Amino acid sequence: MPAISLTHYVVLSALLFSIGLFGVLTKRNAVAVLICIELMLNAVNINLVAFSKYITPADFVGQIFSIFVITVAAAEVGVGLAIIIAIYRNRLSVNLDDFDWLKW
Amino acid sequence: METSIYSVIAFYGLAITILGNATLVIFARNIVHSVLFLAVTFIAMGGLFLLLDADFLAAVQVLVYAGAVCIMVVFGIMLIQRSDMKATNLFNRQTFAGAGLVALVVAMCAVFAGRTAWTDLVAAGEVPANTVQAIGELMLSKYVIPFEVAALLLLVALIGAIVIARDEEVKANAGN
Repeated sequence: MPAISLTHYVVLSALLFSIGLFGVLTKRNAVAVLICIELMLNAVNINLVAFSKYITPADFVGQIFSIFVITVAAAEVGVGLAIIIAIYRNRLSVNLDDFDWLKW
Repeated sequence: METSIYSVIAFYGLAITILGNATLVIFARNIVHSVLFLAVTFIAMGGLFLLLDADFLAAVQVLVYAGAVCIMVVFGIMLIQRSDMKATNLFNRQTFAGAGLVALVVAMCAVFAGRTAWTDLVAAGEVPANTVQAIGELMLSKYVIPFEVAALLLLVALIGAIVIARDEEVKANAGN
């Protein structure tokens, strides 16, 4: 069995990112779209940490960058859920197809 | 590089867990089940970080994602889904267009990953055993400004979330 290389992690990350992207494009529930964005951010984190281990092992650049990605993702979930709750209070719906205020 | 058979088995086990549970997140019809599968995905990703010698990130992954984010999403769902949960996570009408676009993205990733000479990029060194100390020192020396900006971002997000989610009637009464 061949050893695990950088390519394995890149492929895993690309597949996970694609699953997340498919969910973002095709889900009807706003919370589900938020969850799928989290999946995409996690796929990016796998990439960053794998590159950090295999390309710059002593610098920790990728690991520190992915800590910042986790921070931004946590802030994004908080604000996103607050926006969804505020919209639900006005529209009594979380179906993204109902949100057409900015359409003309 | 480590060539032990256990790390190979662990990678494939974790990869199958991550991809399988991520697929279940998309295809579960009940959104609470989706969040449950999401938590399993996040924990498996913490295992993957351990495999990549990033033990601090593995701990942060389990704490922030599997702990805080999943609980917060479940709370959000409980606040907005009043009726039954059976069919709360359905697909919209753009499923085939979305699948086509995703297939395009996968094909593009495959082309560019195939073109890149990964073996030339790989450095020979190993990740130091003590990652927490090194990350801590870098965070407070070289990356201190991004660190402070991230702290500020969290504060802004905290205040913004409270302001946005606040009830309009409470706001009106407070004004009187």
